[in-house]
Amino acid sequence: MEKIELLQELKSKFDRNIIAVDENADIYTLTISSVSVKPILSFLKEEKDYQFLTDLCGIHYPGREKELGVIYHLHNLVENKRLRIKTFVTKANPKVESVSQVFSAANWMERETFDFYGVDFVGHPNQKRILNVEYMDYFPMRKEYPLEDATRTDKDDKFFGR
Amino acid sequence: MSIMSKDKNYTVVEAPEGVAGHGFFATTLDKAVGLARKNSLWPLPFATSCCGIEFMATMGAHYDLGRFGAERLSFSPRQADLLMVMGTIAKKMAPVVQQIYEQMAEPRWVIAVGACASSGGVFDTYSVLQGIDKVVPVDVYVPGCPPRPEQIIDGFMKIQELVGNEPLRRRYSPEYKELLESYGIKIDK
Repeated sequence: MEKIELLQELKSKFDRNIIAVDENADIYTLTISSVSVKPILSFLKEEKDYQFLTDLCGIHYPGREKELGVIYHLHNLVENKRLRIKTFVTKANPKVESVSQVFSAANWMERETFDFYGVDFVGHPNQKRILNVEYMDYFPMRKEYPLEDATRTDKDDKFFGR
Repeated sequence: MSIMSKDKNYTVVEAPEGVAGHGFFATTLDKAVGLARKNSLWPLPFATSCCGIEFMATMGAHYDLGRFGAERLSFSPRQADLLMVMGTIAKKMAPVVQQIYEQMAEPRWVIAVGACASSGGVFDTYSVLQGIDKVVPVDVYVPGCPPRPEQIIDGFMKIQELVGNEPLRRRYSPEYKELLESYGIKIDK
């Protein structure tokens, strides 16, 4: 009940920026435009009590027009309600505004998403690789690289069925 | 050796070859020093993952690595003889392993415990170093995932064999220097 009111409020406030609404196991999923990420998340945090950023992660769907996605999971601790927010960007221009000013937890999570998917978080205070070595020149979680270590010298192809 | 343990119900370590007589025992310096070193190796347990847990079992009373003289573990490389790398080493961790190795004083040995330390193990991915012998020279590899404590002890005993038979001037030889240089490890002589 409150959820539907919330959705209507978001729709009226952000109209064209909300692209789709879905529901799955009691959690509403909003797909929004990449430019409206910070305003919508700030609105949800400051005015709707969604103060807990449970997760921030990336995803890559090869074959779509907008391949890279960033997914935010918000949690309203006061009413115990969860919300999932997805936004998609193209590989050519993978820019999303950073929400690290809104949620401090987003800082490292955005660094991880940058490290593995190459999503550029505009305005991030320290956007550099967090888990991989600094000299790595590709984004490993994109579905376009071989699964095995490319620098391996001792693997004999004939033993591995190649 | 039999001179020492004739009437006792325990055995001490085997003496090296040498000339024994009444009140004296003569052997080469290499062997005497090797005997002392091999029975008092102080390991540095560089335990990263599951093999580290097996090592914890090995140090426990049941399998007891302390029997072999390795009772005093040290987490400072400056005070250790044997670097035991046990577990998966990520590429980000590789320079750290090399740094630890550099800080050890000669003579030093390295044992790679487990499949991940030996060759990357099952983790043939972008983030795992495919064997620590890409960054440090390794003396003994213990295969297993994880190796049982008995296997770790077997590896340790092989290290003891290497230590006992090592010539005293080996660390100053040009081959050894070349080996370290091939890894990019600085020698401060």
